[in-house]
Amino acid sequence: MSESEYKLRIAQSLVGRGKVSRRDFIHLGVAAGLTVAAADQIFVTTARAQPQQGGFAKLGMAHGATTDSIDPAGYPDTFTQTAFSGAMSNSLTEVDAKGGIQPDLAESFESSNGAKTWVFKLRKGATFHNGKTVTADDVVTSMRYHMGADTKSAAKSLLEPVSDIKADGPETVVFTLHSGNADFPYIVSDYHFVIMPSVEGKADWASGARTGAFVLENFQPGVSAKLKRNPNYFKNGKPYLDEVEFIAITDLAARMAALSTGEVDYIGRADLKTLGMLKRNPKIEIIEITGYGHYTLPMNVTMAPFDNPDVRMAMKWAINRQEIADKIFLGHATVANDDPIAPAIKFYKNPQPQHSFDPEKARHYLKKAGMEKLKVDLSVADAAFAGAVDAAALIRETAAQCGIDVNVVREAEDAYWDNVWLKKPWCASYWSGRATADWMFTQAFAAESSWNESFWKNPRFNELLVKARAETDEAKRADMYGEMQQLTHDDGGSIVLVFNNFVSAKSKKLAHGDVAPNWENDGLKMAERWWTAEA
Amino acid sequence: MLAKRAARTADGAPLGIRMRVNPVAKTVLQRLGFGLITLFVVSIIIFSAIAMLPGDFAKATLGQSATPETVAALQHEIGLDRPPIQRYFSWIGKMAQGDFGSSFASRTGYRRTVAEIIAPRLYNTMFLAVMTALVAVPLALGLGILAALYRNSWFDRLVNTVTLTTISFPEFFVAYMLAFLIISRDTFAGTQFAESLPVWLAVSINWTLNVVPKFPTLANINDQTPFWEHVWRAAMPSITLTLVIVAHMMRMTRAAIINMLSSPYIDMARLKGMRPMVIVLRHALPNAWAPIVTVVAFNLAYLIVGVVVVEVVFVYPGVGQLMVDAVKSRDVPVVQACALVFAATYILLNLIADIISIATNPRLLHPR
Repeated sequence: MSESEYKLRIAQSLVGRGKVSRRDFIHLGVAAGLTVAAADQIFVTTARAQPQQGGFAKLGMAHGATTDSIDPAGYPDTFTQTAFSGAMSNSLTEVDAKGGIQPDLAESFESSNGAKTWVFKLRKGATFHNGKTVTADDVVTSMRYHMGADTKSAAKSLLEPVSDIKADGPETVVFTLHSGNADFPYIVSDYHFVIMPSVEGKADWASGARTGAFVLENFQPGVSAKLKRNPNYFKNGKPYLDEVEFIAITDLAARMAALSTGEVDYIGRADLKTLGMLKRNPKIEIIEITGYGHYTLPMNVTMAPFDNPDVRMAMKWAINRQEIADKIFLGHATVANDDPIAPAIKFYKNPQPQHSFDPEKARHYLKKAGMEKLKVDLSVADAAFAGAVDAAALIRETAAQCGIDVNVVREAEDAYWDNVWLKKPWCASYWSGRATADWMFTQAFAAESSWNESFWKNPRFNELLVKARAETDEAKRADMYGEMQQLTHDDGGSIVLVFNNFVSAKSKKLAHGDVAPNWENDGLKMAERWWTAEA
Repeated sequence: MLAKRAARTADGAPLGIRMRVNPVAKTVLQRLGFGLITLFVVSIIIFSAIAMLPGDFAKATLGQSATPETVAALQHEIGLDRPPIQRYFSWIGKMAQGDFGSSFASRTGYRRTVAEIIAPRLYNTMFLAVMTALVAVPLALGLGILAALYRNSWFDRLVNTVTLTTISFPEFFVAYMLAFLIISRDTFAGTQFAESLPVWLAVSINWTLNVVPKFPTLANINDQTPFWEHVWRAAMPSITLTLVIVAHMMRMTRAAIINMLSSPYIDMARLKGMRPMVIVLRHALPNAWAPIVTVVAFNLAYLIVGVVVVEVVFVYPGVGQLMVDAVKSRDVPVVQACALVFAATYILLNLIADIISIATNPRLLHPR
């Protein structure tokens, strides 16, 4: 290696840290025998691949309403979640790009007593935006904010398994659970469970003083939120951006236009129908991630005819999932198999056989249930998920070929979750997914869960659920979760149609590492994790 | 609309004659009185309409994650557990004292008053309305007068065709087409369509597109936006609205003037040898103000209460979007306040239109 080549190497690593200018780098490159264009190319790729400090990003969010607030009891959609949880705050833990759990505001965590007691040690020196040091009391108060009889938190049910939280000294928090849960660190990573300062024993959310990478500067509900870099952030070197502005652009076409004209650098939930046009723009990149979110058609197993497992099985074979994925979601969805656990989640095991459209099998199960013909109502609205009404129309066609007459009932979008979901015998529903098998099953399939949308109470399933939760032997857990997935697939009342992909788009001015699949917008943490690329 | 207006003047004028009161003052007082009653009725209608919608604020906010206990806790905090009639009267009572109340999005220790939520939005809406009116009204009147003056000429036909075309398209279509135009500035050259055209045509289209200023397609502004940037950002919605409202006002101006031009006193003026422009401006226009002003008022009211679609397309934070948001989340105090603001706008603008038609009409101003 010649001297100039060696220098170039060093320079390349410095470019990554933003310490060498483009001009100097090209000089070195030419000295090492490269052409100007080649040196420039290396500079651009290296500069992009390595996070660099500085810059301002405008992020177009698909949600945002005038009723939004920074109160973590709410955070109904991606605007509040990404801006106020992901950028402004931290939970005790976070889910990384591979779906694993990492300490966030906690430094470490460990369990004892059969995963019934969880001890979280806090990071030393982490402070709130107002300068106050984060203590165990703040954590206890913040978590209690979501517990108790009079809480208004949407995350209340997540903390129901917790029997006690107490501070053990200023840097240790001890959670005691009613029964063991090996995945408990995942639960506390939820975007509601941000740590807030405790003021006179109450969680102070209104001041906006949190621990996160960005400090709130200006927030206009339903319009925009501007945040600037927190210079005292506890993660070394992060965040990379100096300033971020979240802009609420609920109109799909407006969002696409805003990105095309460079008004924003990123948009969540790109329009699938015009994605092709966006792809042609050389300044724009599409990001597509198969997340945990899935669209389901829960059948109420306590009501006729769905109380008969053979009828449920007939329905599962009477739906052409591939066609729905291709035609309704234009290929931006992954066919599911009546198993709510996404392939990216630990302990995922694809149950066999894969349910697909098979009129023979559907008729066979219908006959087994003692029926020749069947007439059922399917209650849908696009409030459940965009495309639900169209998907129902396709289901009516395929089911008709199996001797099942599906009557599609179009429900009002307003108050759909109130009047239709958990009320009608067969409807459409959406789950944004959960980071662990246990969490997903506990919320949507456990016998006692208030969101058990199919009212399915399989004794073996519920027995396994409790057992697997407290089991710490990974191999045994894998077996148990495998069996549970097979049970939901064979006997469960929820038809899981597809896993939806998170399709977003960004300008090439922004760069990022691996994108996390747990939530949209890089696990809601894009502000902290992304950076601006030169060029 | 027109018919209604005509009826009002018709019964307003004879009354004025009989009672010998200044007709302007009388109309103002009468209208303000009716206006208050209208506002009261509107508030009842809106309140009961929202009460009839399924779901309430607590359920709408919590959505899929609502559990009975959290819904009950939230309902209690914002007072939704009280009977509707009680809620209505406590609201109207405060309202009468000028207190718009608090949004349901308020929490203990974090009060968000309806006034502070609506004020910036109303400012934005007014800003856009005034900005558009400053362009659209003179433009429409000018075009209307010219079209009347040169009626049946190619100019008249062109103006008519263009304005009728823009008014015939729904406003969101006009808005999206304008946005598409701006996007095409940068992307037209690379499209297959451009490649399929002859080179000279593609180049000249591209050139034309680049002559258009690069207006922002995103009109999101906040309270810190400087004045001229606000104007710049609001350009696209303003152009859209101008295209939508000009035709109505312009055609009314044209029709009203042409109507006057057939009256005997205009023939007299013409026989005296006056120039056509002078006839139109000095003789025809003063007598044609009444119908024109009514249509202008109607369109101004539309600029304030009816632009929600344009607001959504360009992400302009006006009252329209606020009201839609509030209806979605069942934030009743905000919906109520928006509805009252809208109703008041209509009443006031119509009142102003009436005053102007009386003031410009000597027969109504000085009743014998």
